[in-house]
Amino acid sequence: MSVFADAGTRLLVQGITGREGSFHSRQMLEYGTRIVAGVTPGKGGQTFEGTVPIFNTVADAVADTGANTTVIYVPPMAAAAAIIEAADAGIPLIICITEGIPVMHMSRAMPFVRSRGVRLIGPNCPGLITPGTRTKVGIIPGNICSPGRVGLVSRSGTLTYEVVNHLTRSSIGQSTCVGIGGDPIIGTNFIDCLRAFQDDPATDAIVMIGEIGGTDEQSAAEFVRASVTKPVVGFIAGQTAPKGRRMGHAGAIISGASGTAEEKLAAFEAAGIGVMRRPVEVVELLRARL
Amino acid sequence: MNLHEYQARALLKAAGVPMLDGDVASTPTEAESIARRIGGTVVIKAQVHAGGRGKAGGVKLARNPSEAADEAAQILGMTIKGLDVHKVLVVPAAEIVTESYVGLIMDRETQRPVFMVSSAGGVDIEEVAAKTPEKIVRMPIDPTFGLYPHQALRLAFVLYRDFTQVKAAAKIMAQLYQAFVDNGASLAEINPLITGPDGRVLALDAKIVIDDNELFWRPDLGVLRDDSAELPSEAAARRANLSFIKLDGDVGCVVNGAGLAMATMDLVKFYGGEPANFLDIGGSSSPEKVIAALKIITADPHVKAILFNIFGGITRTDDVASGIVAATSQFKVDVPIVIRLTGTNEAEAFRILGGVGMTALSDMDEAVERVVRLAREAA
Repeated sequence: MSVFADAGTRLLVQGITGREGSFHSRQMLEYGTRIVAGVTPGKGGQTFEGTVPIFNTVADAVADTGANTTVIYVPPMAAAAAIIEAADAGIPLIICITEGIPVMHMSRAMPFVRSRGVRLIGPNCPGLITPGTRTKVGIIPGNICSPGRVGLVSRSGTLTYEVVNHLTRSSIGQSTCVGIGGDPIIGTNFIDCLRAFQDDPATDAIVMIGEIGGTDEQSAAEFVRASVTKPVVGFIAGQTAPKGRRMGHAGAIISGASGTAEEKLAAFEAAGIGVMRRPVEVVELLRARL
Repeated sequence: MNLHEYQARALLKAAGVPMLDGDVASTPTEAESIARRIGGTVVIKAQVHAGGRGKAGGVKLARNPSEAADEAAQILGMTIKGLDVHKVLVVPAAEIVTESYVGLIMDRETQRPVFMVSSAGGVDIEEVAAKTPEKIVRMPIDPTFGLYPHQALRLAFVLYRDFTQVKAAAKIMAQLYQAFVDNGASLAEINPLITGPDGRVLALDAKIVIDDNELFWRPDLGVLRDDSAELPSEAAARRANLSFIKLDGDVGCVVNGAGLAMATMDLVKFYGGEPANFLDIGGSSSPEKVIAALKIITADPHVKAILFNIFGGITRTDDVASGIVAATSQFKVDVPIVIRLTGTNEAEAFRILGGVGMTALSDMDEAVERVVRLAREAA
């Protein structure tokens, strides 16, 4: 068991023939992920690496291969449309790696995704990986992960790798690692992942890695206090970032607070979350709780 | 991307929002002739991307054209929060009967544009938000359908009782929303929206922030960027596609990924050092980017030591190593460099560095501790 991706994952890659898409599709295949189809409009009928059939549309790919998960590598200006296409085809899990999507595009895509009852992870995220079933959807390097019983959810990319690397080197394996992305509008938040890990019998403890800005970590801490019985440890990047650049008055008004590291760490502590002051501390904090 | 007030005014004016006459000047003579054309008392406002312009002396009244020239000469020579003032906006001094606040922002929580309006407008709107949040009315808008007339009216009724003013304000709400959407904004703000002695509703000040992700396909908005309004190091970083923020410390940092970059700065501080900057070289980092990053960091005379912290995923650590070798052969780096590399192609990276007698560490804590010690010894 694990969350979101496992041995039952039948993956579709949108943008499989592009520079990023083809590179990471090879990496995913090499890791062991079952890629059943690719989509590149105009290249339907061809194959990728001689084995993966390419289709013109997501609907065609789903009808022919029964794909149940899709990962999107298309360029920023077309990425929100790709998300909508996947949702329209009824794919229950959509992971969007693309960075740089205009926020207005996402603001229009999200109500559509919700109306179809499907889950979006990202955009601007590294995707997810379940080492136990050799299932990788996205760009997290497979070689730093190892199978085990710690679930990890993060807003960052490389900082996630840093923490996972510490875990693996200390023989603490992972059930699933999920990168939810750092954009203002994302499909899956900390609470969605915490709930999934709480319900997952293969996960014993949870690591959450947040950043300054917004209030998602504070809400997540409240959720941990009320609904998570498994041990949770957390990190906030940007503890020493300058207050600096603000978005006029409205940015301060809308959140009612500025989303500083202090607020987030205080919320973590109030919820009984073990606070990591440095990435390396993840190991001792987890050992003390497992 | 922040716009100057005069640029935001132009975008709102193009959308039909009523406002007082006014123009931008780069010299005292220009300010004088604008003041003469407007007639009467004018306000001279510094055009910089910094809050608290008024408190810094960047906003002044002038009763006649020659005073306008004098005040403009003063303000044009000023530096506000490290930024030189190159332009001033000259507008008529308005007679204000009521001041309101109207803002539109892309909100993380509702994932929609949210209108915020308050009849308690003016400079103290943040204090209103903190102390009496009930005085600010919020309304999320579904961007698929846009702003409906009844929503615009409801917002306008929050501000005014007189129905003529309500209708005028509702029209301004619609125009502001259209300007927000058409210009790919993440924030559009009128503060204050005023009524004058004649009862007319007017926008007095405007602020717009453009979503950086829109600029890629909107060259018409890209030209609004004012390089001179940024610190030179930050402008150079942006041209090299680096995400860079200048700070006050002495440990230069080059990192891949924003989260890891922030965590690196935190660790520098943890070991008793002060970061000189935030710098994210991004995912696919070519040697050219590394060279640009080193040039920008070494240009800061406060930097006493430099740390590379690279966790290779998409980023190939051998590319970064090649960049470091190329940069240090192109120009002399007078301060010590500590390199931490791990991940994709690390064996090759260590070999490249070893070829020129450089070494690298694979542990982040060890590298940060060392660079902080070297910076302290050099200070």
